[in-house]
Amino acid sequence: MVEPLIKLRGVTKTYGEGPTAFQALKGVDLDIAAGDFVAVMGPSGSGKSTTMNILGCLDVPTAGNFLFRGFPIETLDRDQRALLRRKYLGFVFQGFNLLSRTTALENVELPLLYRGDARQARHDTAMAALDKVGLADWWDHTPAELSGGQQQRVAIARAIVTHPDVLLADEPTGNLDSERSIEIMELLTDLNRNSGITVLMVTHEPDMAAFARTIVHFKDGLVESIESRNRQGAAAETV
Amino acid sequence: MFGTTLILAFRSIRRHLLRSFLTVLGVVIGVGAVVTMVTLGNATTAAVQTQISSLGTNMLQIRPGQGFGRGGGGPRPPDFDRQDVAAIANQVAGITAVAPQAQSTATAIYEGANWSTTINGTTGTYFQVQPWPLTEGRIFTPAEEQAGKAVCVIGSTVKTNLFRGARAVGTRFRLGGVSCDVIGVLSTRGQAGFGGDQDDVVIMPIKAVQRRFTGNQDVRLMLVGVDQAYSTAQVQASLTDILRERRNITAGKEDDFNIFDTKQISDTLTGTTTLLTRIVAAVAAISLLVGGIGIMNIMLVSVTERTREIGIRLAIGAVAREVLMQFLVEAIVLSCLGGLAGLLIAQLAIALLAPLMQVAWMFDLRINLIAFGISAVIGVVFGYFPARRAASLNPIDALRHE
Repeated sequence: MVEPLIKLRGVTKTYGEGPTAFQALKGVDLDIAAGDFVAVMGPSGSGKSTTMNILGCLDVPTAGNFLFRGFPIETLDRDQRALLRRKYLGFVFQGFNLLSRTTALENVELPLLYRGDARQARHDTAMAALDKVGLADWWDHTPAELSGGQQQRVAIARAIVTHPDVLLADEPTGNLDSERSIEIMELLTDLNRNSGITVLMVTHEPDMAAFARTIVHFKDGLVESIESRNRQGAAAETV
Repeated sequence: MFGTTLILAFRSIRRHLLRSFLTVLGVVIGVGAVVTMVTLGNATTAAVQTQISSLGTNMLQIRPGQGFGRGGGGPRPPDFDRQDVAAIANQVAGITAVAPQAQSTATAIYEGANWSTTINGTTGTYFQVQPWPLTEGRIFTPAEEQAGKAVCVIGSTVKTNLFRGARAVGTRFRLGGVSCDVIGVLSTRGQAGFGGDQDDVVIMPIKAVQRRFTGNQDVRLMLVGVDQAYSTAQVQASLTDILRERRNITAGKEDDFNIFDTKQISDTLTGTTTLLTRIVAAVAAISLLVGGIGIMNIMLVSVTERTREIGIRLAIGAVAREVLMQFLVEAIVLSCLGGLAGLLIAQLAIALLAPLMQVAWMFDLRINLIAFGISAVIGVVFGYFPARRAASLNPIDALRHE
């Protein structure tokens, strides 16, 4: 068996201390294979966001192991995790989180700036990413001049501009109407299939989860079930 | 790395022009105030020094009485006389010349114009003790001096008011009851440091003034030029000795004359203006400090306001040091730009105020550099705290921040 890209073993997360402590994760085991498209579902407080934060290396488990490409993430410090995010991860948020008063191109260039790319390389790579999301002609527009769907596509361009291994999307369609949502999901599916990016997506909507190949259900800080699906969305097996 | 940070800082400043402007306003005003105050202060000091040196450096003035006034009660101390002048000239070492002065006032009349002025009777040595170039004509000759001829050299104020631009040298005008020939016109000296127009004067041979105006042989004032090689204190001591002896002042009694060192006045006044400059500069420096606190204040607010932005940067993979550097460099760039703007404003203010204050325009490189340096330091000091706060934010909380 191939070593999974992401491997969680007995991961717990506790917020606070003493009697007011809240255990958000109670021992999560989860394997995600490279190239998968995973939808994470579950009611509020089920631990899916905490898991995503840990998978995004924004947070560390209280106990348990997180292996990324076989590497134990809990041994990394804050800055090392930042460098790991820079190199291997891309983020897409519900609220788009673009820098305001900043053109689409400059937003997409941002990760490249931190990576230290030269000016011309930065420009070319960012334009290519914008082209991929179909917004090459909108490069000089600021978020305020773009629709929600366009803003989310700029955010996706920013997330994939560094060719990350994993794209983490936290309710990427939460602020969009259904037509725009489907466009975004098609874009994510395309990136997953044709660019080989592993996609991890949190969503509330079964319609959006239907685009995924694997659906992980969370409940009360634990993985409740993992569903593997065919391309067209029918459930193939339930573990 | 540093280039990246600089790009980010400039982008951020450009995107928030108004906020950036308000942030640095305090520094702009502070730097502007410091540079303006110090420069104008130095210009004033320089002007005072110039005016005083126009009185003549290395020169002692001897007057009867104590201090500036005639002194308290008691009889008025007698004036000096020609013998005193001769004694000083012959017996005191280290002097270049002694010029006696007898003073009077009179109204000058020329072709319907009249002008009340000071008459200063002296000898040719007057022009040796304190150089005072003529714009035209000549000073009186020893022969005219000996004869006490009614010839005169007039100050520029007298020329302006009496002759109104007409040619003065070679003409004759009435001065009190005396008919007087103009032989020279003095160059303009301007206001004296302590009031009075030095150019409102008519200089004549002392004998003419004594005979025709004061009616006695008294010498009101003596100007003594001191040789560069001798110290004025030394010469002052010799003068005191000889005058005490000649005026029969017994040991233990106070002098009934005073010797006035122009250099001493110059030093005192220069000291005063320098002190004032420092005080004003200190006040301005406080405003610069307040400006720095203003930067910190708005940068702190800006960190809160930009929490989400910081969260995005951290999520994208910025390390803490990069976020710290971004905010720090932003603060430094801002306060340096503010400093530059302050310097420009100061130059304008100086160009505007210098003529009003009747001092020469000047550019003081040192204070400009110092003020700019301080503005940069302010950026570092007051930018560090907000920057550290930005860098220590937790990316998850920062992203969730509304």
